[in-house]
Amino acid sequence: MKITLNGKIIEAKQGQTIFQAARDNGIYIPTLCYHEKTGPAGKCRACVVEVEGMRGLQTSCSVLAKDGMVVTSNSENVLDAQRLVVDLLLSTGRHNCLSCEKNGNCDLQKAAYYLGIEVGSFQYADMKPDIDDSSEFIQIDRSKCISCGRCIAACNNVVVNNVLNFGYRGHETQIVFDTNLPMGGSSCVQCGECSQLCPVGAIIDKRAVGKGREWEFDKVETICPYCGVGCNLELNVDRKTNSIVKIRGVEDAPTNEGMLCVKGRYGFDFVGSDERLTTPLIKDADGEFREASWEEATDLIVEKLSFIRDTYGPDTIMGLTSAKATNEENYTFQKLIRTALKTNNVDHCARL
Amino acid sequence: MAGLAAAFGSGAMTNDIAGIKKSDVALIIGSDTSEAHPVIAARIKQAVNEGTLKLIVIDPKHIKMADFATIYASQRPGTDVAVLNGIMNYIIQHGLEDKDFIKERVEGFEELKKEVAKFTPEYTEKITGIPAKTIEEIGELYGNAKVAALYYAMGITQHTTGVDNVKSTANLQMLCGNMGVEGGGVNPLRGQSNVQGACDLAGLPNVYCGYQKIGVEEIHVKMEKFWQAELNKKPGIPMTVAFDKAYDGEMKAFYIMGENPMISDPDLNHIEKAIKNLDFLVVEDIFLTETAKMADVVLPASTYAEKDGTFTNTERRVQVLHKAVDAPGQAKHDWEIHQMLAKKFGYDWNYSCAEDIFEEIRRCTPSYAGMTYKRLEKNRGLHWPCPTEDHPGTPVLHVGKFAKGKGTMFAVPFKEPAELPDKEYPIYLTTGRILQQFHTGTMSRKTDGLNNIAGPHALVSVEDAEELGIGNSENIKITSRRGSIVTKAIVTKRMPKGTIFVPFHFHEAPANILTNNALDPIAKIPEYKVAACKLEKA
Repeated sequence: MKITLNGKIIEAKQGQTIFQAARDNGIYIPTLCYHEKTGPAGKCRACVVEVEGMRGLQTSCSVLAKDGMVVTSNSENVLDAQRLVVDLLLSTGRHNCLSCEKNGNCDLQKAAYYLGIEVGSFQYADMKPDIDDSSEFIQIDRSKCISCGRCIAACNNVVVNNVLNFGYRGHETQIVFDTNLPMGGSSCVQCGECSQLCPVGAIIDKRAVGKGREWEFDKVETICPYCGVGCNLELNVDRKTNSIVKIRGVEDAPTNEGMLCVKGRYGFDFVGSDERLTTPLIKDADGEFREASWEEATDLIVEKLSFIRDTYGPDTIMGLTSAKATNEENYTFQKLIRTALKTNNVDHCARL
Repeated sequence: MAGLAAAFGSGAMTNDIAGIKKSDVALIIGSDTSEAHPVIAARIKQAVNEGTLKLIVIDPKHIKMADFATIYASQRPGTDVAVLNGIMNYIIQHGLEDKDFIKERVEGFEELKKEVAKFTPEYTEKITGIPAKTIEEIGELYGNAKVAALYYAMGITQHTTGVDNVKSTANLQMLCGNMGVEGGGVNPLRGQSNVQGACDLAGLPNVYCGYQKIGVEEIHVKMEKFWQAELNKKPGIPMTVAFDKAYDGEMKAFYIMGENPMISDPDLNHIEKAIKNLDFLVVEDIFLTETAKMADVVLPASTYAEKDGTFTNTERRVQVLHKAVDAPGQAKHDWEIHQMLAKKFGYDWNYSCAEDIFEEIRRCTPSYAGMTYKRLEKNRGLHWPCPTEDHPGTPVLHVGKFAKGKGTMFAVPFKEPAELPDKEYPIYLTTGRILQQFHTGTMSRKTDGLNNIAGPHALVSVEDAEELGIGNSENIKITSRRGSIVTKAIVTKRMPKGTIFVPFHFHEAPANILTNNALDPIAKIPEYKVAACKLEKA
C-alpha cells in the first residue's frame, strides 16, 4: 500500500504504523517511548504528525498506516508540538550530554538535535543526581529518567521478570524495583534488558562508566560462549586496550531478539583476565611448571603420544574435545586423534 | 541423545526456539529453564503472558517457571518414567491420543499401552508423590492440546534411567501427535554453547561427522580416503568409561581440550586418582584449571571473543563467530595447535583460517553440506540438515516422516534410581546449575560481580532446616557415601521436604564430591540428579 508522507509517496506494509513506514523509508520522526520490541506506548508524544482527515495531532507510533493516507511530519505545526515535548523533557531532567554515558547514542539527544533545541527552556534549581548503584552491573540515575516506560515494558513483557514498575504519582512518578527496594536488593536478575532499551542515560551498564564514548568502540557481532541458546552478542571493543567494554544483545537475531542473561551480558571478564595462560607450560621432574616454547611443547607431546600409541596401543589414549570450542576446532581435534593417534577414543562432556 | 535416536532416528532438539509462539501447551520437565536457559525461559514466559500458552511444570524443586504454570507438580526425584507413564495412561484411558498419527507414523503403540496401563493416577501417586488428581489434570490439559511442546534438560538425562526418561518423553509426544509440527516436538535444551556442534562434528567415540557410524565398512573406506590416513575400525570408549579404565591403570594418556573434569565429573576423588594414574596428560585451555594443574604439558588456547568460527546452538542452528580482540601472549586458536601437531605427526594440513576448515567439514558432513559462511551470515544461521546450497535449512525435524521412517514407541518400565535415601543417608541430593554461574566456573567465576551475587550454597527446605535447627545462611555439612562438603544453606520454600539442591559450579564446595558415579547403561551418563546424603549443622 502507498501513503503520502511530506508530499512524497512511500510504500507501507500492511499492519505497519505511520512511524514504521516512515522509518523503513528513511524518514526520521522522533520517538522516545516507542521501541520495536515493547511496541507503541503513545505516551511521550514526541512522534506526533498531522494526518489529513483526522482531528488534532496523531502519535505516529500507534496509528496504523492506511492506503492513500496523507501524513505530514515536517510542518511547523508538527515540529512545534514535537519541540515542546522534547523541550519539557530536557527541562525536567538532568540531561548533561557532556558527561553522560549515553552521549552519541541517546534518543533524546537525537530528537533535540533534529528539532534544533540547544538547552531546555526551563531549568529546575534543585536538580541533583539520583543514582542507585546498589546492583553489581546496572545503574539507574532517576534524574535522567524521562518516564517513557520502555524499561518497564521490557522487564514485564519482554524478559517477563516482573521487577520494574512505575511508583508514586504525577510529578513524583519514578521507576521502582519490586516494592521500591534498592535495585541490588530487589528480585532483579540483572539481565540488563532495561539498560538495553533505555532511550537515555538513566539505566546504564555500570561497569562501562568512564571507559569510553559510544563512537570510540568497534562493534563486533558474535555468539555467546555460555549455554546452548546461541544468543547473538554485539561486543563493544576498545581497540587501544584490546578489551571488551560492554556487550549488547543483537536485536534482530532470531535466537535471542536482543535479550541476554547476566552471564552473557556481563560475565566477560575471563577474556581479559590476567590469569589467562599465555605460553605453553611443561611440568618438570620436580612437579613444577616452567614456561616453554611452542616448538618444545609440541615436540614433547608428539614424542610421548607416539611412544604410548606404539608401545601400549592407540586405544590407551583418550581425547576429550570441548563443547565450548567451535565446530572447526572440534573437527580438527577429532581428526587429529583419529588420524595421528589412530584411536576413536574421542568424547566430550555432553553428558555432564 | 541415545533415547531420541532410538525413537526418531535423530538425537537432537526436534523443533526451533521460535516455535513456542505456535504451541498452546508446553510441558517443562527436568529443566530449570530460567536458571540454565534464561532467554528461552523468557520466550516461554512471553507466550504465557500473551495468553497463547498454558504451561505445565514438573520438577522436584518449585522452580521459577512454576510461578508461570497452570499446573505445577513436584515429583520424588528419579521417578520421571512413572510420571510420564501415568500421564500417558490417563490420555489413553480417556481417548485423547492422536489415533491417526499413531496409525500412520508410529510402531510399538500396543506394547506402550500395555506397559502404562498399570500407571493409574493412584499408582502413579504412590510412586511419584504427585497427587492422583494432579496427574489427571495434567493428562486432561496435555491430551486436549492442539499442539504441545515438551522441554527438558539434564533433569531428564542425568539419571541411571536417563535413556528410559528420554524415551518416555518421545512416547508422550508421539502419542499426542506433537511431532513434525511447528510448536511441538521433543526439545532437549543443550547446556553449552557448542555441545550440539561437538556432537555433530564427531566429538563422540562411535561416529564420524554427521553421525556416520564407525564400524561400517563403506564409511570407513570413504573417511580413510577423505583424510588420506589409515583409521581404526573399532569404535572408541566414552569419557566416563575411560576414567574408570584409567583408574584401573588401563589408560596411558589423555589429551583434554577445554574441559575441566576435575570439577564437572562425578565422584571427584575417583577422577583424581584416575588422572594421577596416567603416564601423560595434555591440557589445552584458557586457564590453569583444576585439571590443567595435573597436566604434564599445558597449551594456551583462545576464548570465543578471540576467534572466528561457528557454534551450533540447541535448535541445530549454525551461527558464525567473529574475532573481536587479540588473544594474550602466545595463546593460539585450538585449530592452529592441532595443525602444528598434525604436521609433526607427518600429516600435511594447510588451513589458513576457520573458514577453510568449515569448507572441509561441509564435504564430509551431509547435514552441513549446503552451508557456507556467506549463507550463515546472511540468514543469521541455518538449521541442519541443510544438504544443498539452495536448501533453506530445517527448523522442524520429522515433518511427514521420521528420520528413521516410522517412529518407535518403547514400553518403558519404571526403575528406581541407583541410590535411594535410607536410615543413614535420609535426604535426596540433587545437583544442577544456577543463573549466575556456568559449568565449572572457568569462565563465569572470573567476573567478580557474578561471584558477589552467587557464591557456593545449598537450597534446603524449611522443614529440613527446622529439623536441623539451622537458619538462613548458616553453614551445613552434607555427607554422602563418597565424601563431604560444607556450604551455606539457603532455606527456601522452593525445596520440598527431604530434598536438597547443590549447584556444581564451586570448587570450594564441589557438589561432585557427593554425587554418585552410577551410569545409565546405554548413554553412560552419571546420575547427578539423585543421590542419598545426610545433613548436619556445621
